[in-house]
Amino acid sequence: MPNDHDHDHTEPPSDIVLKVKALESLLIEKGLVNAEALEEIIETYEHKVGPRNGAHLVAKAWHDSDFKEKLLENPTAAAAALGYVGRQGEHLQVVENTPSQHNLVVCTLCSCYPWTVLGLPPAWYKSAPYRSRAVSEPRSVLREFGTELENEVVIRVWDSTSEMRYLVLPLRPTGTDGWTEAQLQQLVSRNSMIGIELAKSPAEINQTNQGIE
Amino acid sequence: MQGGHDLGGKQGLGPINPESEAEEPVFHADWERRIFGLTLATGMLGKWNIDQSRYARERQHPINYLENSYYENWYEGVSKLLVEKGLISEAELLSGISQQTVSQEFPVPTREDVKKILSSGGPTEMGLDVGAVFCVGDHVRVIRNFTHGHSRVPTYVQGCVGKIEIHHGGHIFPDKSVEGLVSGEHLYAVRFSGKELWRSDIRNDEVIIDLWEPYLRSSN
Repeated sequence: MPNDHDHDHTEPPSDIVLKVKALESLLIEKGLVNAEALEEIIETYEHKVGPRNGAHLVAKAWHDSDFKEKLLENPTAAAAALGYVGRQGEHLQVVENTPSQHNLVVCTLCSCYPWTVLGLPPAWYKSAPYRSRAVSEPRSVLREFGTELENEVVIRVWDSTSEMRYLVLPLRPTGTDGWTEAQLQQLVSRNSMIGIELAKSPAEINQTNQGIE
Repeated sequence: MQGGHDLGGKQGLGPINPESEAEEPVFHADWERRIFGLTLATGMLGKWNIDQSRYARERQHPINYLENSYYENWYEGVSKLLVEKGLISEAELLSGISQQTVSQEFPVPTREDVKKILSSGGPTEMGLDVGAVFCVGDHVRVIRNFTHGHSRVPTYVQGCVGKIEIHHGGHIFPDKSVEGLVSGEHLYAVRFSGKELWRSDIRNDEVIIDLWEPYLRSSN
C-alpha cells in the first residue's frame, strides 16, 4: 500500500470528512454494510448504552449489601441480571474504593473501557496525555480533575490490557443515610466510575438542582 | 510492537484538558459517528478479529498515530483491513466509487443481526488443557518483548517484578489471535509497586495490569 500514509496527495478526498463519506458510500454500494444496521450501531452507542447503566449498579450496591456482594463476586452476572450485557462488557471486574485505597482505570495501549455499563469512553480517556500519565503520575492526573487524595491513600491504577473491563465502585458519600436507590444514583458520575473523581456529595446535587452550580 | 500506541509512562505529552462530563457529547462530529459505526459494521463481517483490528491501528508510523485524532486512527485501521482483505481496492478507497464487485459471498448483518451481535458480545475466556504455572501471591518478572507483531505487554512493565493478584483463567492470547489463531493462555492481573516501575518516592501507588502467562517468568 504505497499511499497508505501519504497525506500529501492532492486528489480528493483529502480530508477526513470526505474520506469517511467516501468510505461509507463505497461500502454501502458494494453491499458490505447494511445502511439500517449501521444506524442501529450508532443509535445504540449514542443513545441507549451509557453511564446511567453503571450508576444503576453502583447505587444499587450502595443501597443493597446483598447486591453489592454479588457485584463484587461476579460482576458480569450481576450486571447481566439488570440487562447490561454485550460487547466490551463480556468480562467485567468491579474494583471497590475504600477509605485507604482508591482505584483508577486506564488503557495505556488503546481505549479499552466497559461499554455495557459506561458507554463509549470520553475523549480525554483516549488521549495520549491520559494514557501516558495515568500509570506513572496518577496523583497529578487526579489533581488535574480536581481530585485530591491524602498521601496515605493507596492509589491502584488498573491498566486494561486484556478483555477484562474494569469499573470502579466509588465510596458512598457521607450524609446519605436513608437515601433511596434513585436518590443515590444522582451522586454517581461517570468520572467516579473511572476513578478520576469521587462520587458527588449531597451538597453538589442540591446546587445542581437549584441551578446555582 | 513498541509503536506509537505504547504510551504508558511516556513523557512530554502535556496536560489532559478534559471536557466537563456534563457537556461532552458522545461524538464530536458526524464523521466520528460514521467511522465508529462503519468500523463495528465491517468488523461483523467476520474477516478480522479485535486483535487484528487493534494491530491495524498500531502499525502506523508513530508520528501519524500520535498526530491523528482517535477516530482518524480508526479510519486508518479499518481502511487498511478492508484493502488487505481484498474487500475494497486502494483506488476505490480514494475515489469512494465502486470499481469491482466483491467476489466472496458472505452474510452482511442486518439491523436485527446487529442487535443480537451487540448484546451477545465476544467472550474471550476459554478452557485450557494445561494448568496455571503461577498462583496468586507469586512474584513474576515480565519478559523483554521485541516482537514486531501485535502484543499486549506494554514497554513500561517489561523487565519489572510484580506479584500475581488475580488469576483470570484462560483467555484468547492476542499474540496468536492477531495471526487468526484461536489459542488460549492463562491470564493474570499482576500488581507492581510505583517504586518498581518508576523509582518514584511515592511508594504507596500501584499499577495492576493484565498479563498472559507467556509474558511472565518466575521470580520467587
